[in-house]
Amino acid sequence: MSPEERVLTGSHFLLGDYACAEGAMAAGCDLFAGYPITPSTETAERLSARLPAVGAIFVQMEDEMASVAALVGGSLAGARTMSATSGPGFSLMMENIGMAAMMEAPCVIVNIQRGAPSTGLPTLVGQADMMQAKWGSHGDYEIIAYSPSSPQECFDYVIKAFNMSDRWRVPVFVMADELIGHMTERVVIPPADQIPRVERKRPRHKPGDPSFLPFLAEDEDLVPPIVHAGEGYRVNYDSLTHDEKGYPATFPEPHDKLVRRLVNKIRLHADQIIEYEEIFLDDADLAVIAYGSTARSARRAVNEARRDGIRVGLLRLICVWPFPENKVRELSNQVKAFVVPELNLGQISREVERFTSLPVIGVNHAGGVMMAPDPILDTIREVAKNA
Amino acid sequence: MPEIKVESHPIDSVFRTERLPHIFCPGCGIGPATHAYAQAILESGIPKDQHACVSGIGCTARVPGYMDVDSYHTTHGRSIPFAMAIALVKPEMEVTVFSGDGDLFGIGGNHFIHAARRNIDINVICINNFNYGMTGGQLGPTTPLGAKASTAPYGNTEPPFNLPYLAAATGAVFVARWTSLHVRQLKEAILRAMEKKGFTFIEVLAPCPVGFGSPNDIGDAIEEVWLYRERCIVDHNAYLPDLELDLRRKDIPFVMGNFVDIERPPFDPLAMMKNQGE
Repeated sequence: MSPEERVLTGSHFLLGDYACAEGAMAAGCDLFAGYPITPSTETAERLSARLPAVGAIFVQMEDEMASVAALVGGSLAGARTMSATSGPGFSLMMENIGMAAMMEAPCVIVNIQRGAPSTGLPTLVGQADMMQAKWGSHGDYEIIAYSPSSPQECFDYVIKAFNMSDRWRVPVFVMADELIGHMTERVVIPPADQIPRVERKRPRHKPGDPSFLPFLAEDEDLVPPIVHAGEGYRVNYDSLTHDEKGYPATFPEPHDKLVRRLVNKIRLHADQIIEYEEIFLDDADLAVIAYGSTARSARRAVNEARRDGIRVGLLRLICVWPFPENKVRELSNQVKAFVVPELNLGQISREVERFTSLPVIGVNHAGGVMMAPDPILDTIREVAKNA
Repeated sequence: MPEIKVESHPIDSVFRTERLPHIFCPGCGIGPATHAYAQAILESGIPKDQHACVSGIGCTARVPGYMDVDSYHTTHGRSIPFAMAIALVKPEMEVTVFSGDGDLFGIGGNHFIHAARRNIDINVICINNFNYGMTGGQLGPTTPLGAKASTAPYGNTEPPFNLPYLAAATGAVFVARWTSLHVRQLKEAILRAMEKKGFTFIEVLAPCPVGFGSPNDIGDAIEEVWLYRERCIVDHNAYLPDLELDLRRKDIPFVMGNFVDIERPPFDPLAMMKNQGE
């Protein structure tokens, strides 16, 4: 490894947490602010060596509230900012995740999920922060969340997280889990000029133009152009409900208008954001929906069931939020039931239930151990028999 | 008498005048302190576009919204780490946190001590009115022992922070205390803070006649300002542990001054990389 290089082009045998760090490096992360927490700490450790070597900023903060406050401040000063954490830290981050949504400050947060609630299982796997990722901060807002199933996807989707965060001006989460974070696999890093880069939308107006309304979204995507500190625009960024000028406007009408826009910029464009992988779904009459480490076991279970002659397919969620509700609706016209394995007591299965009237059968464990293929396969067999 | 028409005031150029009038109560001390900050911006020689003003939540936290600079009204207590990141990403900017005692030392206390320890290159101006004003006069970390508050109807049972002592102990390179009556000394202190690299702290005592004055037998803002006038002494070399404050006690003076003005390397996340090169 030559530490002065941003992009370590080549084929590597990398820990998932390190792959998250290398994704940040390749994406041009300018500032990482975080607090150590198992099992995400290796991401911070790697970046504490890598970022300063290229002249970028690594700060170990006093807590996770400060970490995300720094992400938002740094982002609005023009930097690409990231943090990494796990459940207890993610809980503390919720306050300023809401601020990032309200101020429309792009930022990336990696959550290497562990057993929960509370301090739970610090060193062992869990997938129980999935609903928190969507609903954890108070109020209505939208975010984007990816769930990588391999160290390679940790690398790829941290880069994507930066790009989508800048594109839509929302916080973007990479919801890995301890198994993926602590798994070492081959990660192929492309040449620097092949790393995709989406630039932020910048204002057409010059500083000082009185007609400029920094929070007016003129385009169809509902995303206003972003203004950075020190550029002469002298904009007010407010965690309070604000008008198009950026000034506090704590009244029902501007509030409804602002919150609807924050939500609609994602909901109305979900098709441009959602990503999933379809495996054997073409002729399936039974669908498994899985994500993260559990999707690996689900794939094995689906392969084995196919050998038994069961027509089962796998919808592997890569982007979990926004949720691919249209895909679930579409599959509902084709399959007879859904099987949703996850390392929690039923979070994404509940979301699936919202978009289908078919049976949704969960395969659940509260966490601490990987979801093995066997219980998924047993459930597939049983559901296939009864269907 | 000829009619005198005033279209604008020289200091208007630092304010978002279209947002005035402000939300502050009659007699509030935030106004004069804001004026001193505005005057300091004008006199600092630093272009307006290079100033950033950051706050948390509370009455004082509304000040950045009136300043015609890059302004950030953040979450409760989190202005300091937010401001830190702006200062790190744009080191050429003069970043000032302008917020209240409850915001900075109650919910935000942990961020304050760590920012001072790191010697982050920001200025912190703290309006201390001894209570949570915006929510209706609750006790805070600066409410004097025994003072009444809307959540301390029998009197506060907790000793308050001595803010200059705390700031100095945790590493601030410039520490001052003035009142909203000492507008010139305050402006000079803010100018000195802007001049300095590193973490600077200025406490500004300010009347809150509604939240703190009324339940504590300080009739109105004028009465509190008279207290400042009669009882303040200036001692730049004061012994910091002695700087405790209680407006209701007649036996101790209120000590004002620029207590700390030292040099210490400001926070630079790349400092060790630079040292390696030498």
